[in-house]
Amino acid sequence: MTAVVPTLGDAAVSDRELASLLESIYRVYHHDFRGYAEASVRRRMQSALIFFKCDSIARLEQRVLAEPALFGELLRFLTVQVTDMFRDPIYFRALREHVVPYLQTYASLKVWVAGCATGEEAYSLAILLAEEGLLERTMIYATDIHPDSLRIAQDGVYDADRMARFSDAYRLAGGRGSLGDHYAAAYGGAVLDRRLRKAIVFSDHSLATDSAFAEVQLVSCRNVLIYFDRALQDRAIGVLRDALCRRGFLGLGLKESLRFTAHAAAFSELVPTAKIYQRLV
Amino acid sequence: MSARTTALRLIVIGGSAGALDVMLELCAALPDTLTTPIVIVLHLQASHISLVPELLARTCRRPVREVEDKLALEAGTVYVAPPNYHVLVERGATLALSVDAPVHYSRPSIDVLFETAADSFGAATLGVVLSGANEDGARGLARIHRAGGAAVVQDPATALYPTMPTAALAAVGRGAQVLSIAELSSLFARLDGGMNLHQDSLR
Repeated sequence: MTAVVPTLGDAAVSDRELASLLESIYRVYHHDFRGYAEASVRRRMQSALIFFKCDSIARLEQRVLAEPALFGELLRFLTVQVTDMFRDPIYFRALREHVVPYLQTYASLKVWVAGCATGEEAYSLAILLAEEGLLERTMIYATDIHPDSLRIAQDGVYDADRMARFSDAYRLAGGRGSLGDHYAAAYGGAVLDRRLRKAIVFSDHSLATDSAFAEVQLVSCRNVLIYFDRALQDRAIGVLRDALCRRGFLGLGLKESLRFTAHAAAFSELVPTAKIYQRLV
Repeated sequence: MSARTTALRLIVIGGSAGALDVMLELCAALPDTLTTPIVIVLHLQASHISLVPELLARTCRRPVREVEDKLALEAGTVYVAPPNYHVLVERGATLALSVDAPVHYSRPSIDVLFETAADSFGAATLGVVLSGANEDGARGLARIHRAGGAAVVQDPATALYPTMPTAALAAVGRGAQVLSIAELSSLFARLDGGMNLHQDSLR
């Protein structure tokens, strides 16, 4: 085959170098991206090469090993950080209609938002639970691997323009009041209600390397598994399954499915269109 | 330069404003003997339901389905990107989804599909850019071309919105093949895995 002239970001990401970079990151920084879906990691590293002005992954690897601060920046390229509130209103509406009636039967509730990024989904769930009268007895664990994202999530301050845009989704999700009931304007942003922030514990957790840490009635893990290869998907779903109580609920992204995974038989599809599953045993 | 004898293994198509009608015509032209998988990105307003797979299935003789995460590419099947997700082509001939930031304000983005197709299928890729009002797809088509694949662009003169094909032409340069809608239709009617991308005329 004829060689083509590689331009930066084209052929610069060789398989061997990429594998070596991910191995080094795991060894030195204990973040495991080795089971991430490759096309996406490759694409992100192509952007990172341009941003860090490195001409090869091998060079980037040298720098990451020599400069811990640079790893912190590289982490931004390896994870998705921004999400929306009430993304896919159909999902939240289905939770309200089909899951909340079960949750109401528990005296105390634990909910886990796995892969919470900057917290929008965790706050959306807190709002939903508050409106259903369940928040006072609920503890929400929201976890991610990215410390900067967790800090933003913890602060609970979002851009006022974005909040205005989330209002439509909130209404379509079956919101019982107005999204504005749940935040106050301050410092040019929107600060989420203290009551919501108090109900959520944000912490570091990796679906690639950690195990379940609590027994919960509902896990929401949406658009996280798509970034994993099949083997890591099986591991991660195993962790979520371990965390769920008997007959507990698992919500995935609308284009995600348990169908092709090792855990398909352990769940029933409660609301197939909203990708809400229920643990069988 | 050695003779290139790469057989066609993947077709990727991208379009935006003004492209739906062309896609319908091209899918209707596909032969029922088609063995190459086709992946389509069509920009739409974000909504969780897309009617595009259903529309295409009405006239297409091959199976049409919306992309799901980690779906294995099957022979002669037409895949359509779901709204609000990027579609990436993996090395193992599977498709993956992502919710990474929009590219050119678009998710799904044509560039994301085309660039990962070029990385995974290289010279065995045929990329087609249709009508559209932004420049998504230009970088991706250039990447397919640099990887040795075939770069086809709808003749901007026949496009309802010429910005997208014009940008793709500028990015690819002389190696791009410019086809009218009728020529695209005739190409799609002849598509099959035995086609040699670099020896058979695409026009």
